[in-house]
Amino acid sequence: MQPIIEVENLVKKFGPFVANDHLTFNVGQGEIFGFLGANGAGKTTTMRILCGLSSPTSGKVKVAGYDVYTQTENIKRNIGYMSQKFSLYDDLSIAENFQFYGGIYGLSVSKIKERTEELLGRLGFSGEKNRILKDIPLGWKQKLAFSVAVIHHPSIVFLDEPTGGVDPITRRQFWEMIYETANEGITVFVTTHYMDEAEYCQRVSIMADGKIVALDTPGNLKDTYKAATMEDVFLMIAR
Amino acid sequence: MKGFIIKEFYHIFRDLRSMLILFGMPVVQVLLFGFAISNEVKNAPIAILDHSNDYVTRQISSKLLSSGFFIASDAVVDESHIPEIFRKGKVKEIIVFESNFARNLEKDHEAHIQLLADASDPNTANLIVNYTNAIINNYQQEYFAGLSLPVEITTETQMLYNPGLKSVFMFVPGIITILLMLISAMMTSISIAREKEMGTMEVLLVSPLRPMQIIAGKVLPYVILSFINAVTILMMSYFIFGMPVKGSLLLLLAESILFIVMALSLGIFISTVSNSQQMAMMLSMFALMLPTILLSGFIFPIENMPMALQILSNIMPPRWFIIIIKAIMLKGLGLQYIWKETLIIAGMTLFFIGLSVKKFKIRLE
Amino acid sequence: MSPSVKVEHLFKSFGNTVALDDITFEVQPGELFGFIGPDGSGKTTLFRILTTLLIPGSGSAEIEGLDVVKDFRKIRDFLGYMPGRFSLYQDLTVEENLKFFAGIFKTTPEANYELVKEIYSQIEPFKNRRAGKLSGGMKQKLALSCALIHKPKVLILDEPTTGVDAVSRREFWEMLARLKKIGITILVSTPYMDEASRCDRVALIQGGKLLSIDAPGKVILGFDQPLWAVKTDNIYNLLTDLRRFEATRTVFLFGQYAHVTMKGKLVSGDPITQYLESKGHKQIEVHKTEPTIEDCFMELMK
Repeated sequence: MQPIIEVENLVKKFGPFVANDHLTFNVGQGEIFGFLGANGAGKTTTMRILCGLSSPTSGKVKVAGYDVYTQTENIKRNIGYMSQKFSLYDDLSIAENFQFYGGIYGLSVSKIKERTEELLGRLGFSGEKNRILKDIPLGWKQKLAFSVAVIHHPSIVFLDEPTGGVDPITRRQFWEMIYETANEGITVFVTTHYMDEAEYCQRVSIMADGKIVALDTPGNLKDTYKAATMEDVFLMIAR
Repeated sequence: MKGFIIKEFYHIFRDLRSMLILFGMPVVQVLLFGFAISNEVKNAPIAILDHSNDYVTRQISSKLLSSGFFIASDAVVDESHIPEIFRKGKVKEIIVFESNFARNLEKDHEAHIQLLADASDPNTANLIVNYTNAIINNYQQEYFAGLSLPVEITTETQMLYNPGLKSVFMFVPGIITILLMLISAMMTSISIAREKEMGTMEVLLVSPLRPMQIIAGKVLPYVILSFINAVTILMMSYFIFGMPVKGSLLLLLAESILFIVMALSLGIFISTVSNSQQMAMMLSMFALMLPTILLSGFIFPIENMPMALQILSNIMPPRWFIIIIKAIMLKGLGLQYIWKETLIIAGMTLFFIGLSVKKFKIRLE
Repeated sequence: MSPSVKVEHLFKSFGNTVALDDITFEVQPGELFGFIGPDGSGKTTLFRILTTLLIPGSGSAEIEGLDVVKDFRKIRDFLGYMPGRFSLYQDLTVEENLKFFAGIFKTTPEANYELVKEIYSQIEPFKNRRAGKLSGGMKQKLALSCALIHKPKVLILDEPTTGVDAVSRREFWEMLARLKKIGITILVSTPYMDEASRCDRVALIQGGKLLSIDAPGKVILGFDQPLWAVKTDNIYNLLTDLRRFEATRTVFLFGQYAHVTMKGKLVSGDPITQYLESKGHKQIEVHKTEPTIEDCFMELMK
């Protein structure tokens, strides 16, 4: 598997505080990678660096083949981002949201139209594209937000705690979207507090105190720690 | 209750922004109005066209020019020059004495002075004309007691009771009023809206606290702080600008407290209709600040407003408070002269408190 | 023994949206009762009615025999409430928050210290830190301490574990178990199905309707379909193919597996295996599995 994110000895310090302490890991193209850790373990810091929003103190980090020190503009053009907090514009229609975000990434009008049809078609929302977002249930919004995050066919899409609070069926539909996206070769990088969500990932890393303390497939981790669920694995490591 | 008030003080003292608004804004505003945005006329260039050139016109001219407000500019030879002089923008005002001025005055008890002002800057023109009028009026009183000069004489109160024509005297009552109004109303409405926004209001409501207790807990700290503010502004105007307090200081402070309580209850009323800090802020700014400044008589004289606005200005609490302050500070009047205004403000206070208690929801709907 | 909370045929709507639709349940004194449902299912509206913050559209709700509309003042004296977002004063320190919340119930932190000791002692080292600077888990503990400081008879917690990491969540549920032992009635809501097993009884709620009320174990017993866990080398193709299989009833993703129920009673998983082999799947794994609360929830949602 071709690595799309390469991190070697990444260190990020804020004054004397070490937020990321010599992280080393790779994420392969088309992989669904879960990035776990307790509050304050340093996940957000790493995620910011990978998105080109902040520079590491030291270490080598390449995202989509670009260097995070010097080529942040290229990185930003090749990634998508979605978080539970980040949502679409509530007072715009679905189509207008797609237009806006497509425009940000420099897609042509015809290309935006084509992608909007394609993505909405997959969700079965084609007939709804002129609905104003605020009238739409939360579960839908999350699926739409994800579609918008991949409108420009990024190499990687970062999901920051994407599925909080939706019903179990919608949540599964969301994960099926993620699988579909990964199947197209887009890498999915997910952070979450919820360990049952970790079970959907192909590989997960668990961070504690700025270090990666475990990195493997959920199955192997459960075997290693002789635990029934990822939650038990997490509690053993993080406690 | 005690705990509530202590908590409220913590909020205020720990938030740099509220501290700045509370204590920085009054000082800055007073200094700004006092020094920078001074409306005083100083050394305004004027020209005098004297067709008579007798002892009366010369006396009036020298009185005008020695007042310090005006300096003589171009001499004007005849009327045909006037438009040109104004066009050049060299003078702000031209004073024209009719011919045989002194003789007319003695014979007919009537003489004419024409005042021409450059009204491209209407405020300044207004002021200059007023100043000129006042000086001529003064002269008339001194030398021709019992005679009437046909000069148009404005008898605006601020001239009569503000013989030095110092603009700071006109502004201080307005500033005190606006600051107390804004700070009190804005700070309380924001602080209640913040509790709603943060979700803490939910917990307060579920506790055994009564609406009246919550309101009182919110209001009391601000009564104290706003009072300190009022005193600060008064001291600044007294020591820095020499503004007198001719009437009773006690009465002035008591009236200030009344007005503060009024503004606070208005703030609470605003917070009962707004759900976010932003909305509370907008409401206090647009619903309070603008009408306060525009309709209270602070900047624009109420008598000059269209009838509809004059009526509207009656429901502006600041209007009445400005009258009260001027009466106490400048005229030295006692309660017997301002009980009507006091009663109006007291009535408004009761109205807003009643409305707030009624509108203050004991539930979330 | 009269119930601690009694709700009968409760309806509530906001404009055209029905938030609660004929809700009826009882909670016994000292019970740990969970409401499990996604965002927007009506949990918060229900809790706000129980905490006297909202008036029901119709139907009745009683806490300790007192009506939530008529006797709201009396109820407010003995109710502990922790709203969805931890409603703490961010600019007050840990200690000041506790003192303030004790104060509004006319008590002091010292008077009821025993009750909160176990929870509060964990955050006491940071008592001079502002609440806004605490981590999610610590905020949650402080909010619980504040809700408990007046020794409430009934504790109502709206999504106390949302946005908190797994370690803190585990600790939080352990604390609730201890409070239950002292006899406090606890109503707690959560969007997370895996927390159901921590409750004595759970009510599954969706779209303003109660889907079921039972002990977690019994909810699972109510799942009367054989459930198959299926896994192959490509999960995405697996889901697509299983949906195309005419014998399939439901397919849901569960971690690395798909949970499948079939039409008719299937005794072995062989037909599934054969079908998947015919579709070219490798490393096929099919076995019977125990349903979870989440399986039950999805079954009930249908």
